[in-house]
Amino acid sequence: MSATEIIERCQALFDDLDFTAVKDWKAKNPGGKAIGYMPIYVPREIIHAAGMLPVGILGGGDQLEVIHGDAYYQSYICRIPRSTIELGVTGRLDCMDGMMFPSICDVIRNLSGMWQLMFEGKYVRYFDVPQNYEDGVGGSFYIHELKILRDDLSELAGRKITDADINNSIAVYNENRCAVADLYDYRAVKPWQASGSDVYLLIRAGMVLPVEEHTQLIREYLAAIEYEDRPVRDNCRVVVNGTFCEQPPLGLIKSIEMAGCYIVDDDFMLVTRWLLDDVATDGDPLKNLSEAFLHHSAATSAKYEPRKEDKGQFLIETVRQRGAEGVIFAAPSFCDPALLDRPMLQKALGKANIPYTAFKYAENSGQMQPIREQAGTFADSIKLWSV
Amino acid sequence: MSIDKQKEQGVQKEDSMWRQKEMINANYASLASAHENGRKIAATFVPGNLNELLMCFDLDRSLPETNALQNGMRKKSGRMIMDAERAGHSEDVCTYVKADLGMMQKGVGPTGDPLPKPDVLLLSYTGCFTFMKWFELVRDEYDCETTMLHVPYQADGKITKSMRDYVVKQLKEDVIPTLERVSGVKFDIDRLRGYLKESAKAEDDLVWVLQSAKNKPSPIDAYFGGVYYIGPIFTAFRGTPEATAYYNVLRQEIEQRIAQGQGPVTPEGDMGAERYRLITEGPPNWTSFRDFWKMFYDEGAVVVASTYTKVGGVYDLGFRHNSDEPLETLADYCLGCYTNLSLPKRVDMLVDYANEYEADGLLINSIKSCNSFSAGQLLMMREFEARTGKPAAFIETDLVDPRYFSAANVKNRIESYFQMVEQRRTQAA
Repeated sequence: MSATEIIERCQALFDDLDFTAVKDWKAKNPGGKAIGYMPIYVPREIIHAAGMLPVGILGGGDQLEVIHGDAYYQSYICRIPRSTIELGVTGRLDCMDGMMFPSICDVIRNLSGMWQLMFEGKYVRYFDVPQNYEDGVGGSFYIHELKILRDDLSELAGRKITDADINNSIAVYNENRCAVADLYDYRAVKPWQASGSDVYLLIRAGMVLPVEEHTQLIREYLAAIEYEDRPVRDNCRVVVNGTFCEQPPLGLIKSIEMAGCYIVDDDFMLVTRWLLDDVATDGDPLKNLSEAFLHHSAATSAKYEPRKEDKGQFLIETVRQRGAEGVIFAAPSFCDPALLDRPMLQKALGKANIPYTAFKYAENSGQMQPIREQAGTFADSIKLWSV
Repeated sequence: MSIDKQKEQGVQKEDSMWRQKEMINANYASLASAHENGRKIAATFVPGNLNELLMCFDLDRSLPETNALQNGMRKKSGRMIMDAERAGHSEDVCTYVKADLGMMQKGVGPTGDPLPKPDVLLLSYTGCFTFMKWFELVRDEYDCETTMLHVPYQADGKITKSMRDYVVKQLKEDVIPTLERVSGVKFDIDRLRGYLKESAKAEDDLVWVLQSAKNKPSPIDAYFGGVYYIGPIFTAFRGTPEATAYYNVLRQEIEQRIAQGQGPVTPEGDMGAERYRLITEGPPNWTSFRDFWKMFYDEGAVVVASTYTKVGGVYDLGFRHNSDEPLETLADYCLGCYTNLSLPKRVDMLVDYANEYEADGLLINSIKSCNSFSAGQLLMMREFEARTGKPAAFIETDLVDPRYFSAANVKNRIESYFQMVEQRRTQAA
C-alpha cells in the first residue's frame, strides 16, 4: 500500500464510531473479548496477555451527535465523558466486554462509578496508579493493582494468565513502542513528509487494531512514505501539549499545520508512548511493568511532580530533542489537569526562553478560523519576528 | 469586627458559635505571629487532613480551602479570583485554587491578619485531583518543602489492605520524616495516640449532633448550620481539648432545643414551623451564603442530612479515630472521606439518609468548581428518584466565585422544587 492508502485506511478506522474493526476482530476470534480503556494509560500488555483486544475509547469526536450524554453532565464539564456515555447508551460500546477508567482526573474517576450504575453486568475497572514513585511504596501498591487486573481478566477470559503470557505481550508492545518512536523520530526529521494529521491517524488506528497489526502498519507507512515527494514548507516547528485526554478534532490538527506549524511532537495518545524505554521481558513481569511506570514514564499533567525543579523539564527536553521552536498549549475546555498545570509549564518555558501560545478546544469544536489565526500569528512571531 | 464588639452590640449567637468564632480567630492570629514566635506553619487540605499528626510536630495549621471560603463569606474572594485569572490561571478551573493564589499575592488572611508563607505543604491527595496541582502551584509560589500523601480511591466501595498499607507506608517513609526534618521535633507515637483519643470524643458528639436531625422538628439544619458544626473537627482543631469542649457545649445546646421542641437557629433567629425536610448533596455557595440559606428557612425548609458535612470524614457511618492503631486509623480516615467514595456508594448514602431522616427529597447544589463532587450528580439524582420515589432538584452555583451565583435563578428553582414536593404530598394523600 502507498502511504496515502495507509492513511485512508486509518481515516476509515477513525471515522467509524461503531467500532467495526473490533467486531471484525471478535468475529475472527470466537470467544475473544474486547476491553475498552480511556486515556491516559493502562498496561495494555496484561489485556493482551489475556488474549483480549485492548480498545482505546477517546470520546465521540466531532461527528457524533450527543443527545443522551448531555443529560448526564453540567455545562461546565468537559466533553469526553458525555460523548463516551453517548457511545455507551446508543449501543456502540456493546462490543466491549469491559471498560477501564484510569486515574487521570475526577471526571473520569466518577465516570467509572457511573458506568457501574449504568451498565450493570459489564466488567468495570477504575485503574488506580501511584503518585508515589518509590518502588517499596508506590511500587508495591501498583503491583497489587496490576495483580488485581490480571486476576480479574483471568476470570473474564476463563484461563490463567501466566508470567510467560505477560512477558510475551510485553515483547509485542515493546515492538509497538519502538515503531511509534521511529515514526515520531521520522516526523521530527521530515515533518513535511509525515504530517501531523498522518501521524495522528496512524497512532489513532492503534486504538482499535490488534497491536501486531498496528506495528506492521506503522512499519509499512515508514517504508512507503519515503517514496512520496511532499513539498517542504517554511513552517516553524512546534510541540503540541495538553491534548492527552479529550482529543482535538482532526480539523484542528490540520489547521495548526495549515497555519504554518509543523507538529514535531505531541501528547495526543500517550498510552502508546507512556513507557519511554523497552520493558524487560524476563523475570517478574508485573515488577518490570511497575518499574517502567515509576522510573521510565512520560511526565504529564495527570502526574504529580515530586521535585519543584523538575516541573516542565520533560517538556523542555522534548522541545530540545525535537528541535522545536515553540509550544502550542491546546487543552480541552474544563480539563483540570491540563489547565491547572499550564501556568507552571508556561513559567518553565519562559525561563528557558521557549515561546508558547495557548488555546482551548472541545472535541466537537467547529470553528477553526480563530485557531488558524492564533497558530498562524504564533508561527509568524517565530519565523518573522524573533531575533 | 472583633468578637467583643459584636457582643457589646448585642449580636445574638449561641455559646458554641461564639466559641467557634474565637477558636478560628485565635488560629488566624497564631498563624500571623507564628514565625515571630518561633513556630512553623503547615498548610494542608480539609479532606484527609492529618491534624493530629501535624500537632505532634508543633506545627500551626493553615487550610487553604478554609481560607478561601472565609474570604468568600467576607466578599473578598471575587477580586482574588480575578487577580489569579489575570496572572494566567484559566477561568475553567477551581475557584478555591484561584482565591488562594490571589490571596497569596497579597499575603493577608481572611481576618486581615498577615498570613505568612507555610514552611511545609502536606498534600493529602484525598478525593480530589485538583489538590495535587493546587499544591504544585503553591509550592511554585512559596518554594517550600512539600510532602505528598497519595490516598487511593475507593472505586469498589471498600478499603483494602493494599490501600491501607500504601498510605501507612507513605506516612512512615515520607510524611513523618519530612515533618520531623522541617519542624525539628521527633515523632512521638504516644503523643499522637493522645490526640486521637481526644478526636474520638469530639467525633462522638458531632455524630450525635448530626443525627439529632432525625427528630421532628429537627433541632439543627445539617447543611447551613452543619457547616458551622463541622468547622472545628474538619480543620485545625480536631484532637484538641478546645474541639472536644466545643462539641460538648454544642451537644448540650441541641439537647436543650430538642427538649423545648425547637427547630434550627438561623441568622434571623429561630426558624418557624418545619415544612420541608431535605437531603442535600454538594458544597454550599459561600459568597451568598446567608441569602442562599434564607431561601430555605423562609420557606420552612430544613436540611436534615447533607453529604458536604462528610467531606472531612464520614463519622456517622461509624468511623472513629482509633488510638490503638494510630497510623492505620489515619489511613482509614483519609480513605473514607466522602469524595473518596465511589459514586454507587454515594448514591447509597443519599438513599439511606432519605429513609433514615424521613426526608421529603434531595436537593443537589452542583458546584462549577468541583468536579470531584459534581461529575455524575445528574445520574445520582436519577438514581435517587428511582430508588426512593422522592423528588430531587438540581441547582448550580459556585464555591467562592460571586459571578456564578444567580440569586433569582436559584430561588426560582428552589421554589419550584417546593411546589413539586407539595404536589407529591397531595398525590400521596
